[in-house]
Amino acid sequence: MNLSYLLDPAHWDPSVSGSFPQLLLSHLWYVFLALLIGTVIALPIGLYIGHTGKGSFIAINAGNAGRSLPTLGLLMLMVTLLGLGLLPVLIALTVLVVPPILTSTYAGMRTLDRRVVDAAKGMGMRPWQVLTRVELPMALPVLMGGFRSAALQVVATATVAAAVGLGGLGRLLIDGLAVNDYSRVLAGAIVVAVLAVVLDLFLALVQRWVVSPGVSGRF
Amino acid sequence: MRIRAIGAALAGALLLSVAACGAGDDPLASDSDSNASAGTSAVTVGSANFAESELLAEIYSQALEAKGVQVKRQFNIGARELYLKALQDGSIDLLPEYNGALLSALHQGGAPQGVSKPDDVLAELKKVLPAGTEVLEQSAAEDKDTLTVTQETATKHNLKTIDDLKPVAGQLTIGAGPEWQERYQGLKGLKELYGITFKEFKPLDAGGPLTLNALLDGKIDVANIFSTDSAIATKKLVVLEDTKNLYLAENIIPLIRTEANNPTVSGALNAVSAKLTTDNLTQYLAKVQVDKQDTATVAKAFLSDNGLV
Amino acid sequence: MIQYLQNNSDTVLAALRQHLYLALVPVLLGFVIALPVGYLGVRFPWLYHPLVNTCGVLYSIPSLALFVFLPVVLGTKILSPLNIVVALTIYTVALLARTVADGLRSVDKLVNEAATAMGYRRLRRLVDVELPVALPVILAGLRVATVANISLVSVGALIGIGGLGQLFTRGFQLFYVEPIVVGIVLSVLLAGVADLVIVLVQRAVTPWARA
Repeated sequence: MNLSYLLDPAHWDPSVSGSFPQLLLSHLWYVFLALLIGTVIALPIGLYIGHTGKGSFIAINAGNAGRSLPTLGLLMLMVTLLGLGLLPVLIALTVLVVPPILTSTYAGMRTLDRRVVDAAKGMGMRPWQVLTRVELPMALPVLMGGFRSAALQVVATATVAAAVGLGGLGRLLIDGLAVNDYSRVLAGAIVVAVLAVVLDLFLALVQRWVVSPGVSGRF
Repeated sequence: MRIRAIGAALAGALLLSVAACGAGDDPLASDSDSNASAGTSAVTVGSANFAESELLAEIYSQALEAKGVQVKRQFNIGARELYLKALQDGSIDLLPEYNGALLSALHQGGAPQGVSKPDDVLAELKKVLPAGTEVLEQSAAEDKDTLTVTQETATKHNLKTIDDLKPVAGQLTIGAGPEWQERYQGLKGLKELYGITFKEFKPLDAGGPLTLNALLDGKIDVANIFSTDSAIATKKLVVLEDTKNLYLAENIIPLIRTEANNPTVSGALNAVSAKLTTDNLTQYLAKVQVDKQDTATVAKAFLSDNGLV
Repeated sequence: MIQYLQNNSDTVLAALRQHLYLALVPVLLGFVIALPVGYLGVRFPWLYHPLVNTCGVLYSIPSLALFVFLPVVLGTKILSPLNIVVALTIYTVALLARTVADGLRSVDKLVNEAATAMGYRRLRRLVDVELPVALPVILAGLRVATVANISLVSVGALIGIGGLGQLFTRGFQLFYVEPIVVGIVLSVLLAGVADLVIVLVQRAVTPWARA
């Protein structure tokens, strides 16, 4: 295994176009935006379904339905229809992110003890208060689990953006393949995998921070 | 004992579904099943990742099949850098090539100076072919890489030749397939031969719609478009003249593994090459690129229109 | 789109056939490998976390990179479908080994103790008690792995072997929407059918879960 591309300091110079820092940044930008938009879409729907119990069929099956959409095909379709740009990538990656967040939000809401909800109602909480002060905090561990797996998936999958002429760490894979430079492909694979691990550790920390000690059992 | 039944049921269900769809031709089967009637083994035809290469590969395939040769299609592999490896490791046996581009890729430091005529290119090419491969007769049809700009850009910077790019290249973005980064007939040759360095390189596709649309949208200023692309005429694009012959003769020529070659195969392919011209290639390619006709249908039309089947 | 299908039925069918093969063989292989691997994570509890982490890292390797690297590691030809099969088997194992371990860990201790008290030895207890009890969890993981594989195969089209993915690259090279849409629809349908088959198998083999 040839690490020369990865270790070449010239490829780490942030001012050089196509360097690791630049590719990493554009990659993270795709990942961040996709997770943000995905959460904004999926979280309210998941909370609504979990809170009311209406449409649970959608929430349960959204996960596998979303997973079955081939991202490469979706991306190629979007670029064909909309042209080159950020929008096609965001659509394709958001479609990837919505199902796990939706499903895990719903699952988190459903697995919490309904007696707790009844108790909250009994204390005179309004539905909105039950949702934000009881259900959401208690659903957070499961929700974060879904969010973390969505993040991992999107980090690895965002590489396909390069296949349609866009940026991100996938450039290392696509360009390395095109110019027959396996060292570059290897560098791309390693950086993506390390990014995924680091991001997951970071999200694990976030999870510790946002999940109430009363829920996680860590006093 | 239940779990064994469960396992068996599950494995059975999956196997059945696989078997049901895989019946007949096993995708993992090697390409060595011989065709007794023709006395030849199957020839695996490959292609690069752009429409013209696939069309030519389909024309080759159908021409071979018409002569009773068994053909396996392995199209759309990637750029030359990748498919040459596939040819050398025996993943494919045959594919359409371009004499000048192939010479430039195989010859250390780009094509040798002063070689640009089809026959000279072919003679040089034969000296550098990888062991175990050979080329057949070349056709009159040419498809060159070009540096192409919109009429607007050409007027604005007064561009007629690639040389004219030199003073303004620092402000311009060029788009081409990602392989251009390292190719002599890409950024390297432009720098060495013409002394041109662009502001930015955008890796797009090999002369395909991504590159063309990026040029038309103004996302790139200069594009690598193939000379057989009918869009050059329909979109009134300006092809910059290659005064220093970075792009040599680019005649279409079959590149084949020696072990897959025999008189039947070479006879069929040479007959195709004899009929291919730049004009008819451009015309049939437009059926694929513009009319969105199926490659196999267009290939069939080409062969029957030219009395080859 | 109908017209596209009529004109290209051979191409589409061949792509579909290759797609099924490339997606499902790894599911089978991966399932067979993941069972013992997952069990190890339960039998030796100190192995559980390293196992889960390794699976996580394996799953975060971009598929295209794996497709390209396997020939170097395995000595296979660069366009061999075997590369895709091995790569997807690795992903399947990465997904399923953890599920198998989690499934086995979820088996109620009391159930195990009861089985032991009834005279079950370790292996028989595993096969006759623990695995059946863990089966719903394992099969849920299998559904995820199968559906994920079916959608991942298409990435292989970037190196010329991708089943329905070849319809994506073909359409993309011409900016021609029909083949891309046909490829997506078939890929999703395929995943749906495979998912349904597993659900039906699950219902058939875990009658107690339906009560």
